[in-house]
This record gives sequence, C-alpha cells and structure tokens, in this order.
Amino acid sequence: MSEAAGGNVFLAGVGGQGILLASEVLCEAFLSGGYDVKKSEVHGMAQRGGAVTTHLRFGKKVHSPLIEPGTAGLLIAFEKMEALRFAHYLSPDGTALVNAQEIHPPSVATGRERYPARIEERLREFTPNLFVVDALAAALSLNEVRAVNIVMVGAASRFLPLAEETYVKALRAALPERIVEVNVRAFRVGRELLPALGTSR
Amino acid sequence: MSVPARQLVRLFSGNEAIARGAFEAGVKVASAYPGTPSTEILENLARYEGVYAEWAPNEKVAVEVALGASMAGVRSLAAMKHVGVNVAADPIFTASYTGVRGGFVIVTADDPELHSSQNEQDNRHYAVAAKIPMLEPSDSEEAREFTKAAFEMSEKYDTPVFLRTTTRISHAKGAVRLGEVSGPAFPPGFVRDPAKWVMLPQNAKGRHVIVEERMRALKELAETFPGNRIEWGDRSLGIVTAGVSYQYVREAFPDASVLKLGMAHPLPERLIREFAAGVSRLVVVEELDPVIEMHVKALGIAVQGKELIPIVGELDPRIVREGIAGGSAPVRPPEKVPSRPPNLCPGCPHRGLFYVLSKLKVTVAGDIGCYTLAALPPLCGMDTCVCMGASIGNAFGMEKALGKAAQGKIVAVIGDSTFIHSGITGLIDIVYNRGASTVIILDNRTTAMTGAQENPATGMTLQEDPTHRLDLPGLCRSIGVEHVYTVNPHDMAQTEAVLRRELAREAPSVVITEAPCVLLPGHRKKKRPVYEVIPDLCTGCRACNKLGCPAIEWVPFTPEEAVAAGKKAAQKGMARINALLCDGCNQCPPLCKFKAILEGKG
Repeated sequence: MSEAAGGNVFLAGVGGQGILLASEVLCEAFLSGGYDVKKSEVHGMAQRGGAVTTHLRFGKKVHSPLIEPGTAGLLIAFEKMEALRFAHYLSPDGTALVNAQEIHPPSVATGRERYPARIEERLREFTPNLFVVDALAAALSLNEVRAVNIVMVGAASRFLPLAEETYVKALRAALPERIVEVNVRAFRVGRELLPALGTSR
Repeated sequence: MSVPARQLVRLFSGNEAIARGAFEAGVKVASAYPGTPSTEILENLARYEGVYAEWAPNEKVAVEVALGASMAGVRSLAAMKHVGVNVAADPIFTASYTGVRGGFVIVTADDPELHSSQNEQDNRHYAVAAKIPMLEPSDSEEAREFTKAAFEMSEKYDTPVFLRTTTRISHAKGAVRLGEVSGPAFPPGFVRDPAKWVMLPQNAKGRHVIVEERMRALKELAETFPGNRIEWGDRSLGIVTAGVSYQYVREAFPDASVLKLGMAHPLPERLIREFAAGVSRLVVVEELDPVIEMHVKALGIAVQGKELIPIVGELDPRIVREGIAGGSAPVRPPEKVPSRPPNLCPGCPHRGLFYVLSKLKVTVAGDIGCYTLAALPPLCGMDTCVCMGASIGNAFGMEKALGKAAQGKIVAVIGDSTFIHSGITGLIDIVYNRGASTVIILDNRTTAMTGAQENPATGMTLQEDPTHRLDLPGLCRSIGVEHVYTVNPHDMAQTEAVLRRELAREAPSVVITEAPCVLLPGHRKKKRPVYEVIPDLCTGCRACNKLGCPAIEWVPFTPEEAVAAGKKAAQKGMARINALLCDGCNQCPPLCKFKAILEGKG
C-alpha cells in the first residue's frame, strides 16, 4: 500500500500485546509525514485479553474513523488467529502482515475447541500478499518481550509510504524517554525482518 | 499563559481534545468517576497546570462538586459515561433550574455497540428531559472547539451545558489545532442569591419560568450556531445527521446535501425547514434513538430515518450507504475462528475467589468491574449484573424473597471502587432491615476495569497526592456488620473455609478479598515465580483448566501422539503453562492432585 493518496491500515491482536501503542506510533508518523489521519479503537472491558482492533486511516482528508470490510490495504495482525478473524477487512489486493505468535483463547486453552489449522493457507485465499514474521523471537532477541508491537511496526513500515526517520521521530514523540531506545532498536529489527520491497507491490 | 501558534497541531483522542478545550476555556475545577469511554478526560485534565481535577466517589458527587465550583464563579466540568448520568441525574435536573455562575459543562460519553457497558442508552433524551442544551462534536477538533463554546454558552445563557460524545468520538484520534487560553470575564466569588441557588418550591417555581425563557433563547441561537450548518450538494438526497454519523455520511455519500447538527438540543427549526425544502428526499442518519427524526416529524416534515438506519448498535459507512441506497456491496464473510472474549488476566486475584464460588454452587449477585468477566466459562461464577452497586441490593432482595430457603446460598460480590461508588447504602439496608447476607468486597487496590485509577481506598488522589486511605473493614463495622473478615483470594483453601463459615452464619457478614491488581506497577515490578507443568506427571485431568487462566494451555493428543509422549492412548492431552503469560500467582499448583505444577527454574 504505497500509494501516497491515502489508505486503510487495520491492526488486530490480543489485549495486552500493545496494539494501541503501535497504532499510536503509526498515527504520529502519518501526522508528521503530512497526512490527515484518524484512528479508532475501544478501551475498557474489551482490552482484558480479548480480541483488540484499531482502525487507522490516512489521506488528504479523512472522514470516517472506521474502516469498511474489504477495504484495508494493510492488515497488521499481532497474533495468527486474529489475522484470520479480521482477514475480511482486507481489500482484494491488500497485504497481510502476520506475527507467527499463537495465543490460545479460553475455549482452546480449556480444550473445548482446537486452535485453527492451515491459517496461512486460509489467509492466502484473501490475498496473495501474505508476509509472516516471528516478531516474538525478534523481541526476545532484544530481551524485551513487550517490544513485539514495535517490531511489527518496523515490519509494517515496509508497506507504508513514509521515510524511516519519520517512524523514529514518532517513536520519540509517542513513548516515554526511558523506553525510546529499546523501541527504536525493535523498530529497526522489525524492518530488517522483511526485505526492501518495490513500490509497485 | 497564551499559546501563540495557531498552527500547532496535535494528534488527540476526543477525550484528550475535550481536556484541551476545557483547559483553553480556563476550567478550574473538574470532577468525575472513571467510566469507559469517558475516563481519559479527567486523566488528561489533571496534567494541565492551574486545573484542580479529582476522582469523585461517584458521578452524583462529581456533578455536585462541579456545580459548587460554578456557584463560586469558576469554570467547572464533570465527566461520566452514559450510565453515570443516571446516577447524577438528581443534581443535574435541578442544576438546570439554578443555572450557573462560572461556566459548567457536563460531559456524557455514550457507548453505542456496548463496547464496555451494560446498556446502550441514548443520553440525548436527558438534554430534552432536563431542559439543558447539548453539543455533539463529530471529531476531535470539534470536541475541543465545542468544549470551549459550551463554557461560553453556559455563562451567557445561565445554564449547565451537556457535551455528548460516543465511543467513536472519545476513543478516535484525529488532528487538533491548539487554541488560546481564556477564562470567564469576572472574578471568582460566591454571590448570595437565594432566589437562584436555594431551590425551595417558591424559588424553583420562578426558576422554571426562567428555564423556559432560556430554552426559547437557545432555540434562536441554534439557528445561527456555527456547528449547525448546511453543506449543499446534490439536492436529490438530503441527510440530517450529527456526531460521528456525520463522518459516515460524508464517506458514504460524498456528493449529497447534508445538514450537520452540532447542537443536539434544542434543534434549529428554521434551518431544518430550509434544508428540507431544498432537497427532494430527506433522511435522518443518527445512531441509537430517533431523536432528530421525531423532532423533524413533529415539524410536519416527511422524513425517513429508523426504517433505513438501525436503532441498535453503532453505525459505519457501509450501514449508512446500504440503508439509504439499498443493495449490498459484495464483501467476503468473516472466517469462522474460535471466539476470543475478554478474560481475567493471568494472576488476577478475582480468579481465585470465583473458582471457590463456583465450587460452593452459590447464587452470585454480581456487579460492574473486571470481575464481571468471571461470568464467562469456565468459571461461570456470576448470576446477575445490573449496574454499579446493584449486587448488594439484588442479593438482599433474593434473600427476602426466598426466606430460609436462601440461607447460605446467596452472596453479593462487588469491587472496592464500586462498593464506595454505590454499594455502601445497600449494605446499610441489609443491617438495618435485619438481613443475613454475605457480601464479598473484592479489594484489588484500584479501579481496574477502566485502566487502574485511584479511588478513596487506595490512599492516592488523581493528581497523585497521598491522602487518607478509606478503611473498608472499619467502614463495614461502623455500619453495623459485626462479622468482617479479610482473606487472600490467591489462597483458595482459606477463602473457601471463611466463605463456608460466613455463608452459614445467620447474620450479615462481609468478606474482603485483598490482593493487588496484577496491572498495578507495584506488582509488575515485583520478582515473581513462573510455574511449569512437568509433562511426565500430567495426566490430562484438566483440574487446572477449570481456572480459565490464559497462561494454562491445553495441548490436545491423538491416541498415537499420546502413546508417543509416553501416556496412555486414552489420554486426550495435557496442560502446559505459557511462561510468557504466567504471573506466578500460585493458584494452580494446589489444584493439581498429581503435583505436576512446580515452580520453574525461570
């Protein structure tokens, strides 16, 4: 989704994975990159280990804070099954960036249901542009399990029309001083998880 | 204190923008009780210099404090979620009569779609019922502007002003231009004026006349209020809309003519007539109730509304487009995957208590907080949940209805902050009316569900000043409860023993479960053990799974896999503890008869 005109980024994951902060950083980056930007999310009960989403939209002028199903240019999934749950938000030529991490919901953890099989295969039915990364391993390589979210931002930056410095600036703006450096490293590690992609993708 | 650069732009949520708008309006006193989606208004206001911001015990007190500040001539604000207005309705309806001195704004943050609420009420009805003007922003920038405008309107028209948001305004972020800081044009001070402030019947009668005059004047203002505007476009379709629905309309019908209402009450009749006359088809797009639609119909204007736009849940551009234009865009249906409802955190002290309650098979009258999640499987530990504080009255009502048959079979569970909010009077009722209920207060030292706010039992204020810490056991004793006991809910054996004893007692008792919320920084910083399941010892009995802890995973086996793992072919699987999630609460090890759960080497 490198078209400079605007786009929809759908973030999905599990409460506690730091999705709100990741979307915060992306929003700051779009704003300082000269875009109008809106994002919408829910707080409170929804955040206690449940499925969490953020709708992020950027462009010249953004009206709706919500993304319509079938129109997201980029789906950033922080957990594998959550990618599948929200895959219908992807536009037919959209890109799915998926963290390979699996977090079991209560029904799976208690053995009443099985964690879905063939997730990657099923995701490919939504889009040929599927990228699976191991953000958890990348974060653990920095000894900071909480950095999974910013690793994903780093990987996502490959699909967004902003310069690398813009994200680093946004990290400095959105995060408390003491955790900026580890997160800048996490961003760079995440960015290195994917090769540089041509702008045509 | 002036902010010179008009071009300063920040990315703000609606709530941050309201805080900014209030600061720019020179607000001096702000009070609130936390409630999604309103909580961050006060959290942000507390950080601005020159503002006194506090958590009140409940919304009624918050409104009374803010009204008092207004009486004393400073600008003030009270913020709450939609259901908080129910609690605060008493002072609000009469504040409409007294009017204000310093500008007084009441924020109501509604929650269409019930993202984190027990109902989906539309608080625009309160503006009509209480005869209080209401502004309704459609994005963060308007949230800032309208908050400022609300303070000026409040002083000019001698009225409290409602500012209504919804979740998609409060928790949506957008660009906001920072403005200059101003304030009221008069010095603070209370001016004695009994006819205005003392609502004895004879005085209130006079004020009611003034209220009606004020509403007529505000109706005139609505015709020219800049937030109410016509955006002429294609005149074959005209849409009247407000709040976030305006954004959906603009997205779904970029060419249509739109009457955008920034003032939800009173509505501008002449502007509506002008707009209706200028378009061939008129539709109202509003979330929840047909408030604008009914008003337009009362003007004798033909209009479509709720026959096209759902009355339940929130809207989005697609619902608006398909509702008005018909047809439906081809969209792939969502994939079927196991649901992921919210859950109590790993290590949550509430889990220990609800495991015990499940085991005791008692009827549990529940309340509002994180612990309401214990109603979900596998704990299934709650049987009712109505509103803040309802658990105690509900349990007592059941007890009175069922008499001796209910003895020892009903408990009320209520969080520390919820108990202080509106549970205390219920407990007084039990003692006063000779009940024998068992009330459990879940003291986790914070208001957890809304993101860990301070409350009177934490010993800290919103602005992080140390203060008196409410003594919960002492309070219960002073009410007249003779049996007050404190237990550690992580120790389930102790908790069960105390509960069995108190349930059997033919007198009111309070059991306080005391253990900190795992999200508190003090707990997070503590070195905690991590437990692990020894695979050779696990028989797959699932006793630990009954806790519903997110850290305990079930690894299913096929018979071949079971044999390969050195188990009997019949074993269906085994438990595993996710080391990244385990909080070290020690609730699960005692549940394992095979002693398969041990402290890991870390």
